[in-house]
Amino acid sequence: MALSLSSGSGSGSGRGPDRGSGSGPGSGSGPGSRDGSAPSTATLLRRKKTRDRLRTIGFLSPWLVGFTVFFGYPLVATVYFSFMHYNQIKEPTFVGLRNWSYVFQEMPLFGPALWNTLWLVVVMVALRVVFGIGVGLLVTKLKSGVGFFRTAFYVPYLAPPVAATVAFVFLLNPATGPVNELLGAIGIEGPNWFNDPLWSKPSLVMLSLWGIGDLMVIFMAALLDVPKEQYEAAELDGAGAWSRFRYVTWPNITPIVMFAVVTGVVQTMQYYTQALVAGKLASGITIGPGTVIQPGYPDHSTITVPQLVYQLGFQNFNTGAASVLSLVLFAIAMAVTVLLMRRKSGLLSAED
Amino acid sequence: MTTPTTPTPPMNPQPPAAPNAALPSPGARQRTAAGAPSSGSSAAGRSARRKRALHWIAVHSMAIALALAFVLPFVFVFLTSVMSDGQAMSGELWPTSWHWENYTKVFRTPGFLDWWRNSLMYALVGTVFTVCSSIPVAYALAKFRFRGRRTAMLLVISTMMLPPQVIVVPMYLVWAQQFHLSGTLWPLIIPMAFGDAYSIFLLRQFLLTIPKEYVESARIDGCGELRTLLRVVVPMAKPGIAAIALFQFFYCWNDYFGPQIYAAQNPGAWTLSYGLESFKSAHSVDWNLTMAATLLVMAPVIIVFFFAQKAFVEGVTLTGVKG
Repeated sequence: MALSLSSGSGSGSGRGPDRGSGSGPGSGSGPGSRDGSAPSTATLLRRKKTRDRLRTIGFLSPWLVGFTVFFGYPLVATVYFSFMHYNQIKEPTFVGLRNWSYVFQEMPLFGPALWNTLWLVVVMVALRVVFGIGVGLLVTKLKSGVGFFRTAFYVPYLAPPVAATVAFVFLLNPATGPVNELLGAIGIEGPNWFNDPLWSKPSLVMLSLWGIGDLMVIFMAALLDVPKEQYEAAELDGAGAWSRFRYVTWPNITPIVMFAVVTGVVQTMQYYTQALVAGKLASGITIGPGTVIQPGYPDHSTITVPQLVYQLGFQNFNTGAASVLSLVLFAIAMAVTVLLMRRKSGLLSAED
Repeated sequence: MTTPTTPTPPMNPQPPAAPNAALPSPGARQRTAAGAPSSGSSAAGRSARRKRALHWIAVHSMAIALALAFVLPFVFVFLTSVMSDGQAMSGELWPTSWHWENYTKVFRTPGFLDWWRNSLMYALVGTVFTVCSSIPVAYALAKFRFRGRRTAMLLVISTMMLPPQVIVVPMYLVWAQQFHLSGTLWPLIIPMAFGDAYSIFLLRQFLLTIPKEYVESARIDGCGELRTLLRVVVPMAKPGIAAIALFQFFYCWNDYFGPQIYAAQNPGAWTLSYGLESFKSAHSVDWNLTMAATLLVMAPVIIVFFFAQKAFVEGVTLTGVKG
């Protein structure tokens, strides 16, 4: 919105003088070109300005179109549909706040979905950041085999989410999964993992920790950037390992930690594929295309807000309620993003 | 932090050493620090060296244990993928006989080759579209000065942060009702010709690191903006472009939500990521075939990674550290 404003003002202020009319608000410098003599420097400057603006708009145009059509329009449409009853066949009818009260007061799955999403945001992000720093520290401490270990810790991150989830459902399947076999061999009775409402979310967290590679690389780079002299000075002062981490490492990597937390929160709010696939596969139901299933197996413990949007919009064809939920998700995402802009997160550079 | 992601493998070398390894005990460290300056006495020197050797062993055994936990899932998936049907259900870990034909069985599954073709088409065309449309936008945001630049940047970042589910319902209605493109992957590919926020952001961060003198001298030499971009900036930004191309390729290859929305009703348009789940559903007891298919879905991205490791790591670092 604000962007169209800026490009609008660009063409607006460049309007008068450059088309040679000279009668616009810029007539003060107009005489030069109206005389027919050589254009004054002011006119030349102005021409250059317009050219620059057109050039900028030209280069930005793919995104300007994309932003309007694939972001602006659907967002407005979502707000519109949130006040409509629409089953995607009959014409939409206005129902006021009916969808809103339905989602917040009546829909049975809203509570569990919100709870699960928040649970994942808090636990998964926290553990991923801590684990990421840990693995990053470990790799930077290694003296040999760095390349091998870095690759070993990184590659699982690349596994496509569906494939990784299928693999974990197999590894953790309670009856014959290798993990419970191994646990049994050392005398521990493994839990039911994805089939137990208490363990299903921790199992998803384990899956996310397996894919720690992205954070490890980011934290490794940050840790290697900490000036060596600071460690040496701390060591001369007799600082132990913990004090050195607390007073040297931590202040240096705080911006990256902040970045990891905020992007982690945003990503986890979109958490969809792994939870959906794990729930579906663990439930063992053979699903043909188009089958409506109750999401969140076991016991709604893996249903997330994005899954609920899909459920409402594409299985129940309740466009209104799906739009309400989309807007809730949007509001939370924007709140986090604003937080991100405020704090020093490294996303916007000093030049901006 | 010291807890491995999956339960500790049984053949963990020196299990007792691992817990101490994460954070060497502060006491030990202090003594090393105090001993270091007075390296005159050989006894102190020897003890410092022993400390360092112990530290080395501790850190490396810790790393080996953790690496096992990261690699074992792949190993188990592979071992199961070559088991016989009966053994795959037994919970045994080592195949008694090796059934490589499981892989040919997977390839002969109806639709599997189509899913491959669709995935490749989605990933390749999507990547080309994204790269071509994002380069000029990133360049403008990095090198042009204009009013509203900061706002534009904020909007790019906001788009990047937006969960795809927020806008999916109205977008689906447009593609399905106005353009009748549901049942194909085009509703996912076409928007990529109009810039992708994440790629724009990433590439812009990279372009900021190119000194503006290069751009200016090209302009002074009489290059137009487009020529400056194509002849000077693009060649210098190759690592950044490689990174966004790779990320976009992986994004498309891994995408599950998009194909689920637009291609679900037409199995002929399914991608590997989407098809894999239905594969498991259809072969609910054949873990061996499912694991073979899983590996076949994982393989391309991992192979691509090994060929383009440098560009990749650079790209990941770029997201977090630069700027």
